[in-house]
Amino acid sequence: MSLLKVRDLTVGIGAAQPVDGVSFDLAPGETFALLGESGCGKSLTALALMRLLPAAARIERGSVRFAGDELCGFTEAQMRAVRGGRIGMIFQEPGTSLNPVMTVGAQIAEALKAHAGKADAERVVALLAAVGIPDPARRATEYPFQMSGGMKQRAMIAMALAGEPELLIADEPTTALDVTIQAQVLDLLRELQRQRGMAMLLITHDLGVVAKMADRIGVMYAGQLVEVAPRDAFFAAPAHPYSRRLFAALPEMATRQQRLATIPGSVPPLGTAFRGCRFADRCGEVLSVCRTQAPPWREYASGQRVRCHLETVSQTVKVGAGGTAPEPEETVTLLLEAHDLKVHFPIRRGVLQRAVGHVRAVDGVDLQLAAGRTLALVGESGCGKTTVGKAILGLQPPTAGTLKLDGKPHSGLAPARMQMVFQDPFGSLNPRMRVGAIVAEGRPDADVDSLLLQVGLTPEMAGRYPHEFSGGQRQRIAIARALAVGPQILICDEPTSALDVSVQAQILNLLTDLQERLGLAYLFITHNIGVVDFLAHEVAVMYLGRIVERGTVDEVLRGARHPYTQALLAAVPRIEGAASERLLVPGDPPSPANPPAGCHFHPRCPRATARCHGAYPETAVLSATHSVRCYFPD
Amino acid sequence: MKFVVLWSDALFFLLLAVAVASGIWASRVEHLRLSWRKVGQSQVGMAAATLLLAFVAVALLDSLHYRERLPGDKETYAVEVRSALDALLTGLRTRTEKTYSAPLATHSFAKETLDGEGRDFPRLKHGGAHLGENLAAHETDIAHKAVQGLGMGLVAWLVLWLLGAPLRRAAPHLAWSAAFATLLVLCLAAGAVAALAQGYHVLGTDKVGQDVLYLTLKSIRTGLLIGTLTTLIMLPAAVFLGLLAGYAGGWIDDVIQYLYTTLNSIPGVLLIAAAVLMMQVVIDMHPEWFATAAERADARLLALCAILGITSWTGLCRLLRGETLKLRELEYVQAAQALGVSGLRILSRHILPNVMHIVMIAIVMDFSGLVLAEAVLSYVGIGVDPNTISFGTMINTARMELAREPMVWWSLAAAFVFMFVLVLAANLFADVVRDAFDPRAVK
Ligand SMILES: Nc1ncnc2c1ncn2[C@@H]1O[C@H](COP(=O)(O)OP(=O)(O)OP(=O)(O)O)[C@@H](O)[C@H]1O
Ligand code: SF4
Ligand code: SF4
Ligand SMILES: [Mg+2]
Repeated sequence: MSLLKVRDLTVGIGAAQPVDGVSFDLAPGETFALLGESGCGKSLTALALMRLLPAAARIERGSVRFAGDELCGFTEAQMRAVRGGRIGMIFQEPGTSLNPVMTVGAQIAEALKAHAGKADAERVVALLAAVGIPDPARRATEYPFQMSGGMKQRAMIAMALAGEPELLIADEPTTALDVTIQAQVLDLLRELQRQRGMAMLLITHDLGVVAKMADRIGVMYAGQLVEVAPRDAFFAAPAHPYSRRLFAALPEMATRQQRLATIPGSVPPLGTAFRGCRFADRCGEVLSVCRTQAPPWREYASGQRVRCHLETVSQTVKVGAGGTAPEPEETVTLLLEAHDLKVHFPIRRGVLQRAVGHVRAVDGVDLQLAAGRTLALVGESGCGKTTVGKAILGLQPPTAGTLKLDGKPHSGLAPARMQMVFQDPFGSLNPRMRVGAIVAEGRPDADVDSLLLQVGLTPEMAGRYPHEFSGGQRQRIAIARALAVGPQILICDEPTSALDVSVQAQILNLLTDLQERLGLAYLFITHNIGVVDFLAHEVAVMYLGRIVERGTVDEVLRGARHPYTQALLAAVPRIEGAASERLLVPGDPPSPANPPAGCHFHPRCPRATARCHGAYPETAVLSATHSVRCYFPD
Repeated sequence: MKFVVLWSDALFFLLLAVAVASGIWASRVEHLRLSWRKVGQSQVGMAAATLLLAFVAVALLDSLHYRERLPGDKETYAVEVRSALDALLTGLRTRTEKTYSAPLATHSFAKETLDGEGRDFPRLKHGGAHLGENLAAHETDIAHKAVQGLGMGLVAWLVLWLLGAPLRRAAPHLAWSAAFATLLVLCLAAGAVAALAQGYHVLGTDKVGQDVLYLTLKSIRTGLLIGTLTTLIMLPAAVFLGLLAGYAGGWIDDVIQYLYTTLNSIPGVLLIAAAVLMMQVVIDMHPEWFATAAERADARLLALCAILGITSWTGLCRLLRGETLKLRELEYVQAAQALGVSGLRILSRHILPNVMHIVMIAIVMDFSGLVLAEAVLSYVGIGVDPNTISFGTMINTARMELAREPMVWWSLAAAFVFMFVLVLAANLFADVVRDAFDPRAVK
């Protein structure tokens, strides 16, 4: 018997159907993952189930049966009893889903009252304890701003649990969190689900999260489900051409000297009129019938159901072997050296704005960058990665430390030598300027046409405005703008983290091509280990303003010696070996304004001893390239 | 006849020229064109714009000043400075009564001792004079004239409608129906009023017997000038200082913030009162600066604009500073910095275009506030020159009349209705503009 039965659910916004005929079942205690790229209609599906659609959208047809009740026929009053009661929901952004002026305890009590009629402090504390918040009695009296992102997400989960839901809808519950925190929250969700026998509808774009959590998977594309499959069959051999390409586009899937498989083009915009298969324009296996007839559902012996004209020959996914040995180091010319770089931001308080302390965003960082090489800087949010990039570039004056460019001391900007590519493809282009003017910004006499061609765009695009471009195209424009001044060093600050997997692959390929052709050196700032493995030659791992481990990709990713690196790598949800026993780091990263004495990592470190509380460990050199700052490198 | 260009006229024409020029410029810049098109596609926007244009037309006519040549051989000119509007409304202007009379009345409002006949309401000199002794025909005459006027209004509208055909063809997607519907109402009202004004005082007369309709029409220019010139005066300072404070930061930011916080914390009325009184003294001490009374009144009007401008730039400046602080952290600004683009260029290419919508919204939002501010300030006697006809002075003189029994309501009502329509149109227009220009608005 299924708990939730969705049939032909269709949501309309104006004339467009962002969710079109979605059908699936969810059994009690089961996790069904909706997987898809941005804009494919995942979140709208969830909101439609809860009847929480935005004002412009409406349910056009279809039925949602929940434990025998037809939710589409419920009145708003009846729905209110269902929401937060029998169905709980948690959202992506924990910061904005909690009321900032109410204590967390009061908000949970409110949820309890709404569904159980009464709320006593004991239940509130018990719920907070159940979601693993340490010292729950004190935390209940705190306000959301006093909590970290992971803690807020736990509080959200506690609120969703207040109504003893039979079904939990989780919309990208960990996307805004760091990997180590993401691992904690995912574990918590799985544990709670096991204890309470809840069903879970998990919405995500991350294949790793799906592999870790889901029992069954529904892949969405342009408003439709295109594949519904049990997890093992799906990860063994995804059947729909789109699913297969999603896998192939993952950076984990390729070795460094290969190009990533990409899906050409991007997701069709809302309101596109389709004839035939919606994926036809981007599909490599497209048949002539695909363009005229909507594909039928096909069922395979493995339990996979696929909406495709093509009979798929079972293809197993091969996970890339990881980095091959980095190419032999011949003449390495050092372009850039940073020594003991520090950036401290004063914390100002009071009327006179006196500095009462410092945020040690960057606290003594050494880096070397060689021509034609990529150094990846990895670490969790707030550890100072971006600040390192800006300090090197000259956008942020360093508090201390020296920079050498081509062996000569240097400070300030060096526009012709170093450029930066930013994270947010929407914030990094001036919406009021044409693409041509944007690209020529640093050098008015730049050859815009050839620059655009170089990054895979066409010259005619120069006359258009940024809003006409997709995220991936905008990132290409930003790269062209940086290349216009002919730099040798490109600082890339999470250039792909705002992009879909398929588009990320295109940008990563572009970056490797450019490196080969122009001999660029990249300082690649990221938190995505898969990207590091694909792109980087060397890796530096940052924790709280300091580099704790550095080395070649192989040394760091496959022979990590620092406990933090090991924990970071273990926390990354991987699509292979989903069930592997992993070591979880507890707690949240401390604030850089007030780092723990001694080794910054000791409050979370499983290996910490009294010695670690005393002084920050010096660098331990393990090989010519590999070094680590830990008393007990394992 | 000699043309006179008062300072306020010159500035008003300059303002119109700037408006036209920036209209042409905006039509070349895509995002501005799109936003203005959104304004044009809104029914409310077009209706409000039509009303505002009608007001501007009246103000424009009232800004073409001249002095009449006096008869005689010598080249001498009358001391009164008149405008094209005065010329058009000569009838209204010259047909003054002795004192109060109600709208469309034939008799005075107050009893007087008439020779030999005791106390009674005397006949008006002009109002209803054409009726002669046939007072019974008063009401039918009014109805007759009104219908005639409506007919003329309709004809005028039809002509305008035909003349507007090329416009409608050139831009078929704009909400012309709303514009022409508003125009129809305007034409009908203007037609009826014009026809009735031939024989009556449509809105009555005031204490000294001046036609209230004439006064109200003359007030429009004052209101519009205050609403627009003030903005023109404050805009450059507000924009420049706001952007500078937000972008440069540091001590520059401190100084500018200090400046506007200080200005802001002095009660505005106090500051204005002090400044106006000081200025009045200066003007009074230098009668030789002004050839005519009109020029003196004009100087005071401009000074009032300047003072209002000085006290009202802080709001926009603060808004722009905040927005610039936000924009400065945006990645495209940082990318420009990394490319070595100069600060001034970043301000003009990256920051200014992205705060233009705020400026645009502020201009239209401030307008109605300023029109109202003039009324309030003139009411308390620190506004325009008492000889300048404005909504504020009308209300000021009307305040005693309200206490009379029976009440003299028409001066106040006329000023109120005209100001209400003007401010309402401006506010509706401002709302539409804000919706069209605010990037956060739902697409
Ligand atoms: N201008 C600033 N003023 C004060 N503190 C700052 C400033 N910029 C950054 N910080 C602080 O410095 C620390 C490091 O910030 P940084 O942006 O370098 O982190 P990050 O590693 O890039 O994080 P993310 O992964 O979230 O991008 C954070 O605690 C941040 O709050
Ligand atoms: S139906 Fe055709 S175009 Fe669509 S996914 Fe299958 S093979 Fe590709
Ligand atoms: S120095 Fe101690 S606390 Fe720090 S990482 Fe090593 S073992 Fe852990
Ligand atoms: Mg960052």
